[in-house]
Amino acid sequence: MAEQKKLAIIATKGTLDWAYPPFILASTAAALDYEVKIFFTFYGLQLLKKDLTLKISPLGNPGMPMPMGMDKWFPTLGTALPGMEAIMTMMMKSKMKKKGVASIEQLRDICLECDVTMIGCDMTVDLFDMKRDDFIDGIESGGAATFFEFAGEADITLYI
Amino acid sequence: MLSFDQELDLTGLNCPLPILRTKKALAGVEPGHVIRIITSDPGSLRDFEAFAKLTVHELLESGEDNENYFFLLKRGE
Repeated sequence: MAEQKKLAIIATKGTLDWAYPPFILASTAAALDYEVKIFFTFYGLQLLKKDLTLKISPLGNPGMPMPMGMDKWFPTLGTALPGMEAIMTMMMKSKMKKKGVASIEQLRDICLECDVTMIGCDMTVDLFDMKRDDFIDGIESGGAATFFEFAGEADITLYI
Repeated sequence: MLSFDQELDLTGLNCPLPILRTKKALAGVEPGHVIRIITSDPGSLRDFEAFAKLTVHELLESGEDNENYFFLLKRGE
């Protein structure tokens, strides 16, 4: 077989919706025999927490379809109401479950099982005073140079 | 219809779970073993072709079956 292909991803976002692309692509690439590394930086670090409390927000997101066609008639200002995030997150999660979409925990576990390397950005951990104990086991840490070491040889590099 | 050793029902699961579960199932069997996979995700028609192209596994047959899709995959070396 040809030399193993490599995928490098930078995950920078920490909301429920944006948590999907890195984990979907990483797990699928691993299933296609790619060697995969994900570098988590800034809000992306939230995706490595043991206790995932990811949320979705309709605020500032006109592209998000809302229940009962609310995205058509509901005033934009209303998306800033307290509790809106919690409600939309709950509805999104139940819809995903109904449609057979994997949970983030599930996809992340599959990635770990498939030996996807996850690297947490040291600078971000320090910047936001995050605790290493809050993160799942089996992850590495490093900086920008660590990413380039791998990405320089990658066939595909994605910034998400 | 071609014969198979095992059947895997992945209906109700959405992308990328059908591919991920298939990969796992193929990893657990001997080379030459044929698994028949059933999915309901319309994207899986293209995805299983790509999967077979990019891995050592062989797609023997695929098609639609009522409202579902089926794939016969042979575990590669």
